[in-house]
Amino acid sequence: MVNFLIRRLLAAIALLIIVSMVTFAIFFLVPRLTGASSADLASRYVGKTAGPQAVHEVEIRLGLNRPLVIQYWNFVKGIVVGAHYNFGPSKVYCGPPCFGYSFVNQTPVWPDLLDRMPVTLSLAGGAAVIWLVFGVTTGVISALKRGSVVDRASMGIALAGVSLPIFFTGLLSLAIFRDNLQWFPGAGTYIGLTQNPLTWASNLVLPWVTLAFLQAALYARLTRAGMLETMGEDYIRTARAKGLPERTVIVRHALRATLTPVLTIFGIDLGTLLGGAVLTEGTFSLPGLGKFAIDSINNNDLPRVLGVVMIGAFFIVLANLVVDVLYAVIDPRVRLS
Amino acid sequence: MTEQDAITVQAPRAFLEVRDLRIHFPTDDGLVKSVDGLSFSLERGRTLGIVGESGSGKSVTSLGLLGLHNRKNAKVSGEIWLDGQEIVGSSPEQVRRLRGRKMSMIFQDPLSSMHPFYTIGAQIIEAYRIHNDVSKQVARKHAIDMLDRVGIPQPDKRVDDYPHQFSGGMRQRAMIAMSLSCDPELLIADEPTTALDVTVQAQILDLIRDLQKEFNSAVIIITHDLGVVAELSDDILVMYGGRCVEYGEVEELFHAPEHPYTWGLLGSMPRLDRDRSDRLMPIKGSPPSLINVPEGCAFSPRCAFAELNEGRSETERPELREIGPGHRVACHLDRADRRRLWDEEIRPKL
Ligand SMILES: Nc1ncnc2c1ncn2[C@@H]1O[C@H](COP(=O)(O)OP(=O)(O)OP(=O)(O)O)[C@@H](O)[C@H]1O
Ligand code: SF4
Ligand SMILES: [Mg+2]
Repeated sequence: MVNFLIRRLLAAIALLIIVSMVTFAIFFLVPRLTGASSADLASRYVGKTAGPQAVHEVEIRLGLNRPLVIQYWNFVKGIVVGAHYNFGPSKVYCGPPCFGYSFVNQTPVWPDLLDRMPVTLSLAGGAAVIWLVFGVTTGVISALKRGSVVDRASMGIALAGVSLPIFFTGLLSLAIFRDNLQWFPGAGTYIGLTQNPLTWASNLVLPWVTLAFLQAALYARLTRAGMLETMGEDYIRTARAKGLPERTVIVRHALRATLTPVLTIFGIDLGTLLGGAVLTEGTFSLPGLGKFAIDSINNNDLPRVLGVVMIGAFFIVLANLVVDVLYAVIDPRVRLS
Repeated sequence: MTEQDAITVQAPRAFLEVRDLRIHFPTDDGLVKSVDGLSFSLERGRTLGIVGESGSGKSVTSLGLLGLHNRKNAKVSGEIWLDGQEIVGSSPEQVRRLRGRKMSMIFQDPLSSMHPFYTIGAQIIEAYRIHNDVSKQVARKHAIDMLDRVGIPQPDKRVDDYPHQFSGGMRQRAMIAMSLSCDPELLIADEPTTALDVTVQAQILDLIRDLQKEFNSAVIIITHDLGVVAELSDDILVMYGGRCVEYGEVEELFHAPEHPYTWGLLGSMPRLDRDRSDRLMPIKGSPPSLINVPEGCAFSPRCAFAELNEGRSETERPELREIGPGHRVACHLDRADRRRLWDEEIRPKL
């Protein structure tokens, strides 16, 4: 098991390095390949309004004209030990982990990212609990009552959930429950959990439910399909042949096997969302990482975009690692092979 | 209730008595009559071999005996008496209490039949503790004893292994240990050795025989291979298309079989003392459809002797008739013809 953990950890680190290289390449190599000069890149850094002189200075200072390997090295070095940015008259120190410096906003990227994280964490975490509980429960009941009214109704709703876009359900829920019924007057503004837990929760109810509805629909379908498959397995027949009560057969034998693949997808979904629930945050104007990414793209704020993409990749790799380890805990065939 | 019925109901019953068992599955294509009027009985300490090709309804029968068919998609009728208790008409809860304790089953593929996430020990302990109110420690000791009894070396260590860490033969032994953990009086083994290689097959069959002697249980061995049941069984039931076509003691069935399908099975049995080229006489054609079963004898499309009966084979279903003590056959052929055919045409070729 220890061996397995070490192997997985090393693999995750290697993956992170590769992901950072690829991301870096997308931002710096691809533009070059398509014919953009380093001056063009520099202009993206300082924003749309800067004059040619300023652009040139930035190009030199940031070393955008230097070989890509060196630039990548400097970027990684910044994450580990921090970096100094030289603006002629003033010098700025960007402490580790330095994920770059936003010239548009004149701030280092990392503290801003850190600011946004609780929002995304609250949104994704809360929604995840809701969708996991509802999705899996619905899926299991549907499978066990296959063909019944309950099954048909929940699968119908699930189909709607899968096909309705989040901005539609989101805006609809805002119109009804915030504006019309006034149940959640604060929906669409974020109050920190430590500031006021009650407001935090009540403001997040609509985004949670909207996001969870979509995901729960997916999970219900997934769980139902998995459960139906598992119930047809030979070992379920064996469990019944032993004389186990049906409840034990379902909970101890069927559910455990069904939930294993669901868990994998859950980990990846959660990891992806932690990197920014772009659509939900956009719809509810929540200042999370997703909104941060969209705003940065709109402002042509390359360092911020790079930073948020790296963080997103980090969460996905982390989630994969956690899932791998959990999988090994659950499934001895993985652990012992 | 007619007088006749009253007499049958009061008649002393065998330990296991199956009467006119029918298991039908309504499907979109039609009614699948997987088992269609099967009757047999079995006493404690005896072994019945059920033999038939793939699709003849052997597994459906065995699941029926354990009451494992889903009432939503299977129509089960007839009677199954196990030690005086009727199973077909009992509530699911009553049958559940019998499963594992009074009757239990060894499945064909021990790898897929054991839960991949639980240790061998945990699965045996679970089986034992449903029917016995004992602590985990006691159950664990019992599990180790059982593993020891079925010949697993170092049972106190292997008890904590997972199914995938066992070899095929060891897994089947573990499966047998699990099935026997509550001293069942009826043990059904559904093709217990098909997933195993030949040497291991023989060991497993020996094991089943030894355990039966020890536990004095009634055993049903299901297989498509007559060779497997030859040494193990007291009686043999030959199944074709969901029905019994021949039933008799093993000696009788091997030396004086009277049904053309049994002849076919004997002909397709590999024999070590013959040259490969003339030892196999596979039965031509494929097993019958169980939907829209034709009138007449289900075997008639494949039977070489169907014409000898002036068309009766195609139009009239042969009844299972007693032709000697404990020997029953369902075929329209004349007794004399059958004996002549067997002696002159079939036996010399085997
Ligand atoms: N749930 C079901 N619904 C419909 N048909 C079924 C069902 N279960 C079994 N059958 C049919 O019943 C027939 C008998 O199946 P069964 O599994 O008993 O055969 P078998 O004699 O055990 O064959 P094998 O040697 O391949 O194990 C098959 O044709 C099968 O398709
Ligand atoms: S009844 Fe006719 S078809 Fe059927 S086994 Fe006998 S001879 Fe063959
Ligand atoms: Mg079978």
